[in-house]
Amino acid sequence: MSNYIWLAIVFPLLGVLINGFFGRKLGRRLNGWIGVGTVALSFALGALVFMQVPGLPEHAQRVKLWDWISVGSLQISLSFLVDPLSMIMTLVVTGVGMLIHIYAIGYMEHDKDVARFFTYLNLFIASMLMLVLSDNYFGLYVGWELVGLCSYLLIGFWFHKPAAADAGKKAFIVNRVGDFGFALGVFLIWTTFGTLQYAEVFEMAPAISTTTITIITALLFVGAIGKSAQIPLYVWLPDAMEGPTPVSALIHAATMVTAGVYMITRSNILYTLAPTTSALVATVGAVTAFFAATIALTQFDLKRILAYSTVSQLGYMMLAVGVGAYSSGIFHLATHAFFKALLFMAAGSVMHAMRNVIDIRRLGGLKSKLPVTYWTFLIGGLALSGFPLTAGFFSKDEILAKAYEFNFLLYAIGLFTALLTAFYTFRAIILTFHGQPKDRKLYDSAHRESSVMTTPLVVLAALSLLGGLMGLPAALGLPNWIEGWLEPILEAGQSLTGEMHHAALGTEVMLILASSVIAILGITAAWWVYVKNPQIAERVAAKYHSAYTVLFNKYYIDEIYNKLIVEPGKALGRFFYRVIDKAFIDDVMVDGLAKVTKGFGATVSGWQSGYIGNYVMGIFVGSVVIVVYFFLR
Amino acid sequence: MVHTSYYLLLAAMLFAIGAGGVLLRKNALIIMMCVEIMMNAVNLTLVAFSRQLGSLTGQVFVFMIMVVAAVEVAIGLAILVELYRQIKSVNIDDFSSLKG
Amino acid sequence: MLLANLELYLFFIFGGVAVIAAFGVVFNKNVVHSTLFLLLDMVMLAGLYVLLNAEYIAVIQILVYAGAIVVLILFVIMFLGAELGERIPTWLTIRNVIVVFLAAVFLTVTGTAVFEWLGVGQAIHGNITPELIAQNGSVEMVGAAIFTDYILPFEFASVILLVGIVGVITLGGWRKVQHRKDSE
Repeated sequence: MSNYIWLAIVFPLLGVLINGFFGRKLGRRLNGWIGVGTVALSFALGALVFMQVPGLPEHAQRVKLWDWISVGSLQISLSFLVDPLSMIMTLVVTGVGMLIHIYAIGYMEHDKDVARFFTYLNLFIASMLMLVLSDNYFGLYVGWELVGLCSYLLIGFWFHKPAAADAGKKAFIVNRVGDFGFALGVFLIWTTFGTLQYAEVFEMAPAISTTTITIITALLFVGAIGKSAQIPLYVWLPDAMEGPTPVSALIHAATMVTAGVYMITRSNILYTLAPTTSALVATVGAVTAFFAATIALTQFDLKRILAYSTVSQLGYMMLAVGVGAYSSGIFHLATHAFFKALLFMAAGSVMHAMRNVIDIRRLGGLKSKLPVTYWTFLIGGLALSGFPLTAGFFSKDEILAKAYEFNFLLYAIGLFTALLTAFYTFRAIILTFHGQPKDRKLYDSAHRESSVMTTPLVVLAALSLLGGLMGLPAALGLPNWIEGWLEPILEAGQSLTGEMHHAALGTEVMLILASSVIAILGITAAWWVYVKNPQIAERVAAKYHSAYTVLFNKYYIDEIYNKLIVEPGKALGRFFYRVIDKAFIDDVMVDGLAKVTKGFGATVSGWQSGYIGNYVMGIFVGSVVIVVYFFLR
Repeated sequence: MVHTSYYLLLAAMLFAIGAGGVLLRKNALIIMMCVEIMMNAVNLTLVAFSRQLGSLTGQVFVFMIMVVAAVEVAIGLAILVELYRQIKSVNIDDFSSLKG
Repeated sequence: MLLANLELYLFFIFGGVAVIAAFGVVFNKNVVHSTLFLLLDMVMLAGLYVLLNAEYIAVIQILVYAGAIVVLILFVIMFLGAELGERIPTWLTIRNVIVVFLAAVFLTVTGTAVFEWLGVGQAIHGNITPELIAQNGSVEMVGAAIFTDYILPFEFASVILLVGIVGVITLGGWRKVQHRKDSE
């Protein structure tokens, strides 16, 4: 069965072909079910293969389809890798993807371009599977670029809205910066190792100088910064919320943005060999987590709050892989996929019911109007906040525990961020669902929830509650399944640094208690501020006006980038446009040539008088000249 | 036996007369006749060389030229008739609609 | 003496008449007269072909040119009306002077070239005997050549003729026949 893993990519591609070419003829209902069906097939196949992984020799199997590129010593084959890591990613992508596809049927029911939407979504699933299943860096890069393309297409899905079109371009351009670094990293791997296949690269890696490995890993990390929205390239992700909500849930929360985490986990041997880069990854992750959380405190757009929380949670994952806790990173990736997809889809459900209003200042009291949405959002929020025994609690706690062993400062930042996370999450929940409706008319005109949208919410809510069972804290003597599952991927790297040790029982218990307390503290604080004393928030905002303004304006990062990068870039572009393109290429080269040709033609066309006699005269003169020439020669 | 050069010179004269006629006259029919004269001049050289070289190729060539000439005259005259129907003239100065 | 040079005399007669006839074609106001001069020219050339031992070509010349082409031209003249004779307004234009000058240049150059060759060349190629030449122009020889070595060009000739027939029919009235049928 694992030999046929490539079918998992083929199924969504078939969906792309069907919906892409015949979508409009098939009808809206069928478009959606084709999208769902193909992904469901991939999911079923992934699940079957997943079961077989423990039985494979060395827990891995290479499935080679054919030689793809064969140029001199560059040999790249189209081949896939079935191993614990790729299969867990496949399950997350197809499983969450399938639920989001189902949800999208309901969410997009009023859109006129359903076929195009599902074509892009399926293309995205295929690209993402290409990314995670490839057994070499080239395939990873191809998938990496393809998901970027799908992201662009889907953010700008409503391209008639200027904001959406701009957000799509922004995402694409910012990602290019990261992808450029990533491409350089892949090139360097090629020149250093002479191969791009994971197995061969990792085997040779210990023999390579640390400096080279550090540069390679740093360049790859640049790609991860772009794709996984870390400082300083995170700016595209909040804007990406202009896209349809299923897109935000699927691409910009659950799957694509975690590609960086996956890539670093996949390359864990390289990162283990480059402690400098790992420390950089951890620092960037921690700072991003904190930074994004502070911005999320003051935002009023529900989807943007979630977007910043995604950036923040991605920071956590980066922190995890940076401190060497790769399995924790993947664990958090999976649980985050569950609860963040859930939160986004619940937010989308709110949007759908409230006619696309998403500003939490205009919402409120939706608890009774949208009960399923409320409860699932609450569960997602609890998981995001790390409320004890939810999925997010276990994964986040594990990251914090590993960070504690690594560096206390990173741990402190992480812990404080957890507090902020709990606070802003419940701020959003309270303002959206509790209290009195602030806009009566809007409230009364709300749509009802539809089952096609709530079913995925319920499934994901269950996963958000129970997902923690994948990785119970091993220090407490509980089985940590995911760590054991990913063991085959990570053991080579671990053998380089020595056995991973678990913290002492006492420390572990203390850390767990600290996390729990922090989560509950944050939730209580939100409750206290927004329910008990609703005026306190405004007073705080007024008192620390300057700090509030800075946060509200997202540290003015967009404006700074605008001034520092976009404006000079535009100026340069204008220069090239006016001087090089307009003056030189257009006027001198293109128009100049055209003018010369035209002038010549105008002169010559005068000779074409249309009188036969003149033509014959020309022929005759020419013949005589030729005859005379041959005679005199 | 008459020297081949005489034939060649005669052919050159006929050719020059024909060419001059094509250029001097405005009547399309006369021009076609002049073209025939030029072709005959060429035929004459070919036959003369055929004798000179003892080869039949020249005569076969002449045969081909005659075929082409017959077709050319037939089509040319058909065009001329059609043209005459359109503009009631065979003066080549009246045919200038191909002016660039 | 007279008989020995009979061929030369005949050549001068035929050639001279041909040249005069050619002039007649060019410098004649009446198109019908021009055509008749063309006929004369063709016949003279046929005579020259006989002098060159190319009997087959001579016969074809008479059949095709005199028999078909000239008749065709006369037919067309009849068709279009006899008043086609153009008025020759003023012959003495700059263009015409240039034409005559160029024709003179052409003739001078070719003539000079031919007479330079006359000094060194022979009437016939070294190893070719008059017997061979006498054989050469016969219908058997030309026919054998056409149907063996030149069979492909010969077939092409028939294709060209076919194209000509189709072209003439298309140009000459097929449409009108159709039109008349349709209107009935």
